[in-house]
Amino acid sequence: MYNLNCDVAIIGGGPAGLAAAVAAKKQGAEKVLIIERDNALGGILQQCIHPGFGLTRFGEELTGPEYYSRFVEDAIKLGVEYILNSMVLEIDEDKSSVICTNSEYGLTCVKAGSIVLAMGCRERTRANIVIPGTRPSGLYTAGSAQRLINRQNIMVGKKVVILGSGDIGMIMARRMTLEGASVVMVVELMDYLAGLTRNRVQCLDDFGIPLKLSHTITRIVGDTRVTGVYVAPVDENKKPILEKEEFVECDTVLFSVGLIPENEITNKAGIEIDRVTNGPRVNQYMQTSVPSIFACGNVVHVNDLVDNVSSESEEAGKYAALYAMGKLPENNGVADMVTGNNVRYLCPQSIMKAGSDEKVSVYFRVLAPEFNVKLIARCGDEVIAQKKELRVNPGEMNHIDIPVSSIKGDKITVEVIKEG
Amino acid sequence: MNKEIICTVCPRGCHIDVCGDANSVASLEGYGCKRGIEYATNEYLNPVRILTTIVKIDGVDNDLLPVRSNKPISKDKLFECMDVIRNVSAKLPVKIGDVIVENICGTDVNIVATKALG
Repeated sequence: MYNLNCDVAIIGGGPAGLAAAVAAKKQGAEKVLIIERDNALGGILQQCIHPGFGLTRFGEELTGPEYYSRFVEDAIKLGVEYILNSMVLEIDEDKSSVICTNSEYGLTCVKAGSIVLAMGCRERTRANIVIPGTRPSGLYTAGSAQRLINRQNIMVGKKVVILGSGDIGMIMARRMTLEGASVVMVVELMDYLAGLTRNRVQCLDDFGIPLKLSHTITRIVGDTRVTGVYVAPVDENKKPILEKEEFVECDTVLFSVGLIPENEITNKAGIEIDRVTNGPRVNQYMQTSVPSIFACGNVVHVNDLVDNVSSESEEAGKYAALYAMGKLPENNGVADMVTGNNVRYLCPQSIMKAGSDEKVSVYFRVLAPEFNVKLIARCGDEVIAQKKELRVNPGEMNHIDIPVSSIKGDKITVEVIKEG
Repeated sequence: MNKEIICTVCPRGCHIDVCGDANSVASLEGYGCKRGIEYATNEYLNPVRILTTIVKIDGVDNDLLPVRSNKPISKDKLFECMDVIRNVSAKLPVKIGDVIVENICGTDVNIVATKALG
């Protein structure tokens, strides 16, 4: 087996891995190594050629390639090393070596002072949501269609129905339309949009593409190629009303039905997983239940903005570097984050009572849309942080800043309360 | 002429009713802040969008060059611009921001590379 050594090993060279690598290097880690399975750095942003990235971070609207190129440039300038075409198989039992295959070196063992998980997420497929019908060609996840069109110059179809109003689905509706396809409709099970309003306006409304809220695909029809789908409205329990089922002709179906953090390696390493996010539980240092292993980006929880991924990953990179140098703040006990009213999950899931005056940004999603609300964090009976929001929506992540010095107990509850 | 515009300046997504003719706005209703007035006025009189797509690369058949318009383009020119870009191919090497199509369709907007290649 080929052997490599480094201070911080980063699994994944997408936006999370790149930001973590740059931060680790800036923090003083001597040798930082990214292990990437694709033939280039950049991750999913390589196929996200549309604009809308970097508004928070850079104050300008960049495309995916422009966004990740800035991080690749910084990484290379700072001397971050990387190996491409390298598939990580597992983290060794010592929790400090990464076993991967590499097309040049063969089986490779990367020994590291600390490890950062930055594998991102993968798309849910037709199989995950169990739609009856035949199994013809012409069924794609929105992201695989995006890769085929934007990176491989392969057009996937001419008459398209899209299931799910997530951002990737809507962006693909526009992309396919610009490339000459006709997008018949976007079908959404919920009674609200899953993605950002901006995308509904610029990707659907601009091209007159109908959005069918509270509808779903009930059957897929077609022998060799898909010839159509049955679409039906759903009742308040999300059950299709089959009497109202209608046939919609199409030759392609795209699924934009959610993302799942890609945690095979995490699970195998025995790291504790949060049942709601499906990602590893982390503290404010993005440290998992295995002290030498950190995690960041969509492998932890699925983000809607890459700008968030970058800042969260910089934390992971910074503290992974400090851990490798033996300088991570001492553990003075942990407070667990608890979800209160209208909160689906919280990340980080716990806060270490180490730093004295630091503030921890806790990210979370609500369960249901609401207007004029107050976000409140409580420790025992004491309110330790609060802020008002005009509007909250499950599709858009919220955050609340919690001062570590105010944590007296071992539980912090965050809730979203309607005002007035 | 009445038009309902969903504001995209912030996540609140106000539905703004705009009333006017082809050259001017007579009244606006439903906006939540000043930025909404500006957005809805522009969106009513001359809606513009950033156009992004890909172009072929001369002599390379396993890679593509992502490109964008360096400024927003009038919404109803998007398809016309796509027809031009579809028949263009880029020459390597390319840096981010290199002009691939100059003054596309007389819009005074350039189509530029969004990725460095070669």
